[in-house]
Amino acid sequence: MTLSLTPIADPTAPLARRNPVAKTGAALLFTLPLISTVDPFSPAAALAVELLVLPFFGVRPALLLRRATPLLLSAAGILVTMLLFAADRSGDLLFALGPIEVTTGVLSTTGALILRIFAIALPGIVVFATTDPTDLADALVQNAKAPARFAIGALAAFRLIPLLGQEWRALSLARRARGVDAGRNPVAKLRLFSSTAFALLVGALRRGVRLAVAMDARGFDSGIPRTHARRQHFTTPDALLLLAAALTAAAIITASVLLGWFNPIVG
Amino acid sequence: MSDVRLRGFGWRHAGRRAWAVRGLDLDIRHGERVLLLGPSGAGKSTLLGALAGLLPEDSGESEGTIEIDGLDPRKARDRVGIVFQDPQTQLVMARSGDDVAFGLENRGIPAADIWPRVSDVLDRVGFPYPINRPTAALSGGEAQRLALAGVLALRPGLLLLDEPTANLDPPGADLIRSAVARALDPTTTLIIVEHRVAEVLSLVDRVVVLEPGGGVRADGDPEMIFTAYGDKLAAEGVWVPGFDFPTVPSSRSTTDLLVRAEQAAVATRLAPVSIHAAAGEIVAVTGPNGAGKSTLALLLGGLLAPTSGRITAFDDKRPPHRWRAATLAARIGSVFQNPEHQFVTGRVADELALGPRRIGRSPAEITRIVDDLLQRLRLDRLAEANPYTLSGGEARRLSVATALATAPRLLVLDEPTFGQDRRTWSELADLLAALRDEGHGIIAVTHDETFVRTLADRTFPLGVPAPAPLPRRSRP
Repeated sequence: MTLSLTPIADPTAPLARRNPVAKTGAALLFTLPLISTVDPFSPAAALAVELLVLPFFGVRPALLLRRATPLLLSAAGILVTMLLFAADRSGDLLFALGPIEVTTGVLSTTGALILRIFAIALPGIVVFATTDPTDLADALVQNAKAPARFAIGALAAFRLIPLLGQEWRALSLARRARGVDAGRNPVAKLRLFSSTAFALLVGALRRGVRLAVAMDARGFDSGIPRTHARRQHFTTPDALLLLAAALTAAAIITASVLLGWFNPIVG
Repeated sequence: MSDVRLRGFGWRHAGRRAWAVRGLDLDIRHGERVLLLGPSGAGKSTLLGALAGLLPEDSGESEGTIEIDGLDPRKARDRVGIVFQDPQTQLVMARSGDDVAFGLENRGIPAADIWPRVSDVLDRVGFPYPINRPTAALSGGEAQRLALAGVLALRPGLLLLDEPTANLDPPGADLIRSAVARALDPTTTLIIVEHRVAEVLSLVDRVVVLEPGGGVRADGDPEMIFTAYGDKLAAEGVWVPGFDFPTVPSSRSTTDLLVRAEQAAVATRLAPVSIHAAAGEIVAVTGPNGAGKSTLALLLGGLLAPTSGRITAFDDKRPPHRWRAATLAARIGSVFQNPEHQFVTGRVADELALGPRRIGRSPAEITRIVDDLLQRLRLDRLAEANPYTLSGGEARRLSVATALATAPRLLVLDEPTFGQDRRTWSELADLLAALRDEGHGIIAVTHDETFVRTLADRTFPLGVPAPAPLPRRSRP
């Protein structure tokens, strides 16, 4: 279990080097309107736009695909669940697997759901893949006026995440050495898992407390206004990126309404 | 640059009956370098915490006065810097330079002054990498050096070091010692807590010994203190120079072969190794960091599968890593470097009963085993305590006891004496020597030279493997 938290993109690509707050904001502005509708057209259009701008983020497609594995898995999960349990079996019958009738209606609902997941998650994945966590924390404090206590504190905690993987391995091995294993018993497996997870949590809390004390000892709680060793600038292109994201999202929703696809999630 | 003045100072942590420190009168003048000694439990770390202003008023009860340059330490925080034991929980940022800058930002130093101060202090502590070096890529000693730089960048008048080398191997400890020696300003007041006296003796000109019940037992020139109090301090667990241990040779010849590794290797972590251990001997595995010592301990402990080569043990056709956990625990006991990883329950007595129960001992036998081990490892008064609340030495003794509870014939220990005070050390050494003479085989991964000299019947040095070629990258 290794967590790769480093950016996987070319940092000089025109959109990758935009201000992290602008990138995060643009991703939010672009995806939030998509949540309002359950039609297949809006996410399809959004996904098309996302794939078009992808090259400007300098993301290597192979690496992006690896990061998106959980997404592919959940898509497969949706496919299976919908084929088995979808209540709405309208449309033309395509084929039947025993009692399960697969119709065009089922397929289009499933397709729309999968498209939605991809369209909404992809911008987030791309933004975090192209953003250094330190830069994001800096920009949150300097450009979005987030409290340093929160942003820098989260950043420090983030640095400890890879340690959790090593810790988990050590805890599991130690349990085996003590004669504790679950064999094939699923209940014992679950209990072993939860006791290991609890020990991991206890260890993480203790480490967190020590880190917090060390940070305060270096004046993190001094109350003096912090200065910034690294500057993050929010410039016109950053504002334009936000604007473009909002306008594109609006255009997609408008088109969806005009073309009669729009299907609001409420009502 | 700072003066410290204590008058009848005492501190009791909230919810505790005993005072951590009490009745302390002490003056430390500007520029003095003081080694603070005392048996464990004498309140050394509490005193450092109080001086660093890190004991909030509502976290306990205080008496007397404690002042830094005439100020309450909580109001003099900008004059004091403190370095703790564990480098991992002192670094905040992902890049080395940013980490040093972190404290300067907190103190509101203008951005233009930050980077010159960062490079200046990194030079002073002898940090060998560029400022964008990822902190995750640093060794323990290097990380601790960086933590020291982060504190020195704030130009403290009083520098407090709380066992700064306890978590480090000897080369790492050397790095810290030399960094303190070269980076310290002659006007900076220094207070070190460290029970390995030889490590820091060259840095100090005064020794203060705290009395566990309260007050100061001795105070003065290091040579004078160690002549007058050396034997008592050594008996209480301080590593006083000149008090060595006699060698404890094996009293019997080795018998059956317990474990044998043939060209066993783990990809990227351990080059092929052939090693064996028999009943009645202590084998010390030594070698620098990165040689794969801990990986070898996991292999021999049946906790990891070799990616090539073979491991056989106890005349079993199946390799140890394929055994059921209960079988493994009955044959091989593993003691990990970090004792806390080993604890599974919430009570010391339950912790000891766990192994015997897993391998199917009767309740009567379990009670006997638990009582026996509690006695033998001086844990009887702690039977009801939570393992996570034990001191370092107690936790280490418990972790060894848990491995012994299933009476395995082979013991595999990873750095068993790491960071222990002299008293715990000698108890462990006596115990391991006795186990060997009872016919146990013991493999200990260690960089403790005293351990090797005193106990090892054979030494197996592991070398650093040749570095693997760097993976090719498609982009620069």
